[in-house]
Amino acid sequence: MLVVEGLRKTFENHEVLKGVHLTVRKGEVVVIIGPSGSGKTTLLRCLNVLEIPDEGTLTIDDEQLQFTTKPSKKEMIRFRRLTGMVFQAYNLFPHMTALENVMEGPITVKRLKKHEAKEKAEQLLMKVGLKDQMHMYPFQLSGGQQQRVGIARALAMEPKVLLFDEPTSALDPELVGEVLKVMKDLANEGMTMVVVTHEMRFAREVADEVIFFDEGMMIERGHPEQLFTNPTHERTRQFLQRIQ
Amino acid sequence: MLIDPERLERLTNIAESSLLPLVKGALLYTIPLSVVTFVIGLAIALLTALARLSSMKLLQWAARAYVSAIRGTPLLVQLFIIFYGLPTIGITIDPLPAAIIGFSLNVGAYASEIIRAAILSIPKGQWEAAYSLGMDDVQTLRRIILPQAARVSVPPLSNTFISLVKDTSLASLILVAEMFRKAQEIAATNYEFLLLYTEAALIYWVICFFLSIVQGSMEKRLSRYVVR
Repeated sequence: MLVVEGLRKTFENHEVLKGVHLTVRKGEVVVIIGPSGSGKTTLLRCLNVLEIPDEGTLTIDDEQLQFTTKPSKKEMIRFRRLTGMVFQAYNLFPHMTALENVMEGPITVKRLKKHEAKEKAEQLLMKVGLKDQMHMYPFQLSGGQQQRVGIARALAMEPKVLLFDEPTSALDPELVGEVLKVMKDLANEGMTMVVVTHEMRFAREVADEVIFFDEGMMIERGHPEQLFTNPTHERTRQFLQRIQ
Repeated sequence: MLIDPERLERLTNIAESSLLPLVKGALLYTIPLSVVTFVIGLAIALLTALARLSSMKLLQWAARAYVSAIRGTPLLVQLFIIFYGLPTIGITIDPLPAAIIGFSLNVGAYASEIIRAAILSIPKGQWEAAYSLGMDDVQTLRRIILPQAARVSVPPLSNTFISLVKDTSLASLILVAEMFRKAQEIAATNYEFLLLYTEAALIYWVICFFLSIVQGSMEKRLSRYVVR
């Protein structure tokens, strides 16, 4: 279970997160929607401790990270390993093949033996449908394939929560489906996921809960059906109108 | 202007007899001196670049001061300070070690700027992807950033290395028996300065030509993962 309490983050006098509270239960898929600049990506990056919040507490199962005083690098690295991150721009390591990208975390961080890491990476790449592309470099892969490697790379570390930061926003329209399918499969397998996306259909079909985020705050949360068809907040209504 | 046969024969003889000592000077001094100082210099450069990029003000400042001092003074003067200057305060260093120290410090300063720029040229997303897998700074540098930075730095570092090979001729002035000093010594006995110095120049050119080929193949090898 992931619990976020009172998370605040300010960038140069601009308050991006204004005290965010959020709970994600094990196996739940939470989709965060909202206008650009609303702070939803910052929230996700805080969960992966790529941004250091000014205040607040993160809890995943029985591990906790407090930000009232700045945590040490060691604490941050330890906590970061509980979550996996899938980036909008994939951020694959260009000097490594797909297989090496997925093996990298287990070998360098978990100190797995090479053949063990390889076996696991091959399984993961097969799972995301890249059996034939394992030995290709990122530049030889399409955007959709790269993003699926990105997902496999994050999964290889066996995170408790998988975070997706607009995973399909950089993709050509015809490649979006293959990435969403992988995400859907993961959701069905019971992976705990927090997804920032503009894909409303995905939110509708896969999310257990949708959160509308605006101006650094959670405005509304609810079951996708309820939130999309009958939002209680005026701002949610306006946003949904604009994107449809 | 025709060269009379007798003179031509004399020149040919000198060229032939001097080739071996010159090549020996290159093989025993010029090349090893270049390689050893380049390796030490690179180690210094990496440490200096990391110091510049660290968040500790003192390290940053020390690295800046070092680079500024080396780049702001002539290499020949640095060598003279080490070899002729330091004995005055009781530190006597033999010609070869003195040359190694001088050239290494020199290469270290110049190459540190190349390495720093190469590290900064790697997108922020690469650091973040490594961090998100749970890597610390050292692991991220070693596994993700430096291998990519290496590719970017091969052309400018090759420049530095080629300059270094030619700069080793300055070691002749602190009594290292490298190739150019050999040329000077031989020319002093027969007064054929043009011939001997040209011969030395040609050997430098051959070494540097070979290095350019090595550079080309290294660039190719390190670029296998980028789009062309």
